[in-house]
Amino acid sequence: MIVDFASWSCIIAGALLSVIGGVGMHRFPDFYSRMHAAGTTDTLCAALILLGLGLQAGLSLVSFKLLLIFAFLLFTSPTATHALANAALQGNLKPKLDGDQPEVKP
Amino acid sequence: MKHIISLGILLFGLWVGLSGHIEPLLLSLGLASVVLTLYLAHRMDVVDHQSHPIHLTFRLLRFTAFLIRKIVVANWDVVKRIITPGKTISPRMVELPLPQHTDLGRVIYANSITLTPGTVSVRLAHDTIMVHALAKQTAEVLRSGQLASVIPEDRASGNKKE
Repeated sequence: MIVDFASWSCIIAGALLSVIGGVGMHRFPDFYSRMHAAGTTDTLCAALILLGLGLQAGLSLVSFKLLLIFAFLLFTSPTATHALANAALQGNLKPKLDGDQPEVKP
Repeated sequence: MKHIISLGILLFGLWVGLSGHIEPLLLSLGLASVVLTLYLAHRMDVVDHQSHPIHLTFRLLRFTAFLIRKIVVANWDVVKRIITPGKTISPRMVELPLPQHTDLGRVIYANSITLTPGTVSVRLAHDTIMVHALAKQTAEVLRSGQLASVIPEDRASGNKKE
């Protein structure tokens, strides 16, 4: 009962975060800042949903596999994000910066 | 040698955890595949203190706990910026020093920056790192060097790049 409640709150919070991340991707002005909004769905949202699913599964092989998924996400998602950002910079995509900041040379 | 042994234990634990079989026949087959993998890894010469940093295990675990706390705080900050109406962000690019002297330390630092929402590492140069930050405060937090100072890496290692 308590475990059910905890796991459902985790899953619902994760789902809410993913919606908020989606809203942010539409609200933010350019590619680079949208990446930050996607970052919330990447990290805490995925972690909360996996934690909720793990609580449903209890201490078993399934939760071990969920833990592995989380560990791999922790390694792969920043690598992919960095590759994307670096490719954008190399491709001469200028970030929209605030105020009078120096131009960024790729 | 100790790297091979610890990698073997890790691989075998992974095999058991993923398959869930504990019959003797299947266990011995799993053991055989682990041994084959270890032999190949040894032949390819990819098992060393950098690819498999067992001497950092404890510090890496502690750092992961620290990083998860940071990620939660940073997520909350970005969520607030998304749901508050009006202009809430002021994106900027900052160059930060890269104090780590091993490749592993640099990778951990750059990935930690990217993992915390609000900052993305965009380019790694020889001794600086270029970061796109969502707001002034997030850039200031990074500039304070708190994250950089807790990155686990060997202090007394000789493999400085270039």
